Amino acid sequence: MSLALPAAPQQQSRRQLLVSTALVAAGLGMLMAGMLAMWMKFRAGAPTRESSDGLYMIKDWLPESIKIPEVAANTMFSTFPFAALMAQWAVYASKRRDRGHRSLALIITFVIGLAIVNAQLAIYMKMEMGLAEGAYQTMFFAITGTMMFMVITGMAFTAVAFFRSVGGRDDDQQLISAHAFYWYFLTAVFTAMWFFVYVQK
Amino acid sequence: MTTIDSHVGATSDGPSMPFVAAVGQWVTSSDHKKIGRLFIGWSLVHAIEVAVLGAIFGFERMSPAGFEVFAGDAALQLSWYSRHLLILGLIAPLFLGVAIAVVPLQVGSRAIALPRMAQFSFWAWLFGSGLVLVSILGNGGPGGGNADMVDLFLLGVGLVAAGLIAGYVSVATTVMTSRAPGMTMDMVPPFSWSALVGSITSILALPVAIGTLIYLYVDHTAAQLAFGSNKDIEKWLGWVYGEPLSFVFVVMALGVLAEIAPVTARIRQPLRPVVLVGLGLASSGVLGAVTQSSHVLSLDGSAGDKISSALPFLLFNGLPLLGALVSVAVALLALKEGRPSVKASFAFASLGSLMILAGIAGSFVQHIESADVVASSFADGVTAYLVYGAVLCALGGITHWAPKLWGVVLDDKKVLGLTGLGLLATVLASLPLYIAGFAGQPAHAVHGFDYDGPVALWNLLAAVGAALMALVVLAFVGLLVSAVRAGAGASDDPWDAQTLEWSVPSPAPSDNFAELPQVNSSEPLLDVKPSQEVPA
Repeated sequence: MSLALPAAPQQQSRRQLLVSTALVAAGLGMLMAGMLAMWMKFRAGAPTRESSDGLYMIKDWLPESIKIPEVAANTMFSTFPFAALMAQWAVYASKRRDRGHRSLALIITFVIGLAIVNAQLAIYMKMEMGLAEGAYQTMFFAITGTMMFMVITGMAFTAVAFFRSVGGRDDDQQLISAHAFYWYFLTAVFTAMWFFVYVQK
Repeated sequence: MTTIDSHVGATSDGPSMPFVAAVGQWVTSSDHKKIGRLFIGWSLVHAIEVAVLGAIFGFERMSPAGFEVFAGDAALQLSWYSRHLLILGLIAPLFLGVAIAVVPLQVGSRAIALPRMAQFSFWAWLFGSGLVLVSILGNGGPGGGNADMVDLFLLGVGLVAAGLIAGYVSVATTVMTSRAPGMTMDMVPPFSWSALVGSITSILALPVAIGTLIYLYVDHTAAQLAFGSNKDIEKWLGWVYGEPLSFVFVVMALGVLAEIAPVTARIRQPLRPVVLVGLGLASSGVLGAVTQSSHVLSLDGSAGDKISSALPFLLFNGLPLLGALVSVAVALLALKEGRPSVKASFAFASLGSLMILAGIAGSFVQHIESADVVASSFADGVTAYLVYGAVLCALGGITHWAPKLWGVVLDDKKVLGLTGLGLLATVLASLPLYIAGFAGQPAHAVHGFDYDGPVALWNLLAAVGAALMALVVLAFVGLLVSAVRAGAGASDDPWDAQTLEWSVPSPAPSDNFAELPQVNSSEPLLDVKPSQEVPA
């Protein structure tokens, strides 16, 4: 050191991974917020038409021929918190340096992620609609596809955490915490999407 | 995880390294100084490119009904490309590069946080920029005739934005988690503070653009039923290349002045917290940006209408102007308190900041309905003031930190000469567009307009300004390259500066600090230097 500044002792970790995960989550949250805002803008701007029973006027946004499989959508909605719960279990086990339970919790988180992707694919197949059939269809595939990308990213995060866990990285508490944070974030984002896309449609 | 991570694969240049090995080292290096220099270098290439394009557009606008370099939709496509280069190809990556190179040194870290992410940031941005260029050359982009190339354009812009976000995450995480022991957030140097504020606001704003791009891409590859054809891209994506989003990217430019001013004045900044608050307020443009719409002040209607129009206008346009004014004024006020020794870096940064102020003030006027310039070339003038002003600040920053990044001190007299030319270039490239805007010249147009007034004169001046800016950047790069080739060694602290980066040798070694320094004040070097400063 050219100028003699006093040397400092080593410091405790300042949660680099957790902070960066929070920043990425903030960005992804803005991405989904922007997409939901455009979804609502298009829905609000859609022309109105008479309902099939002729009793009232409705927005001509969701085509009459399309039926959203609500069971699958609601199953996804209720499944996300379990993924977050399992990720939190991994944090708990990690703090106790319990490698077996930590790895088990991560495997279950991954499997729940797979189940969520499977439910989304089931929704696509049951809806039987094409990407190019209309504005609703295009935007539905775009927004739900983006959500699935975020879930698959979470699964990749889980896989990395799992392999490090079984590899004996018992000091990875921060990684496990960041991983749990991401699944909490996914749960919150999907809740918003579920409400605007599957409930309000 | 440790507080200060070591480099991942950080290496230093060998004196006689074979070319291929040297290239390989640059490609794979996670040394933040190399990644920063790569960003800076490519951004300056874009600066020359966009200034040349601006000059050609200016000459073409001199006779909008006659002389045509770009026929048909080519003008629209290249106009879009030019706007893309100005914002996402120039000012955003230029300051991200300076931040990646300098911030870890300033906060006393041995490396940037998440070095692989910073590395990914540059290559994703560069690859995305390449895709955008290829798409424009292949008749793509907004208004393009080749649908596949339009898709490629959207993909390229998305990749550029994703790359920038990755870099911003890396920089913000560095400031938040990797500061030297003792350095609390209120002790963070002004440039690093502006990098933190600018990074966080960009992390919040750019994903909204990516969301729009996803919709546009899916719709464009499908039936184009929701978002229209390629000519409607402007309607959905125009906000990314205008104000107030660009305010977010120039916050770091104001941070350069805030950093250099007290060094020039040779005192501790007496109103340091006010500068930091000013920089924060200047980045509040992000609030307006994410709403994806202009907030125009209308003085028509009832008192309630006026208030509901004035509130978002003042929040989204007034607050950034106030923040920029405060940060620049307080930074310059330091000169009055101290014993200033003006160097080229300060001249560049102060003149550039004044140009940025002219741009933000112009944006304020532009959004007043009664001024009747909302969709005029006044908007192009605002962007030119902001971008070229920011380029001047960046050149000031590069001059200031050249000893740490390249181990050289640039010839101050020669660089000072360039500051005058840079100021002239910025004013010429911008002010005539303001005047032409009042006369009725439409925004972003190259052909097909006419109005009463000296059309040729305003556009000739703007063209000369843009061409002059290209020459200034070229000359600056020439000075830097010749200094590096001459290899004149810089001393460790040539500016008698105040922050941690000046406590290490020039150029800064791979791991920055041999020992982590203990920080006890905002200006740690002044704590250990013999007392030369004027007490604040």
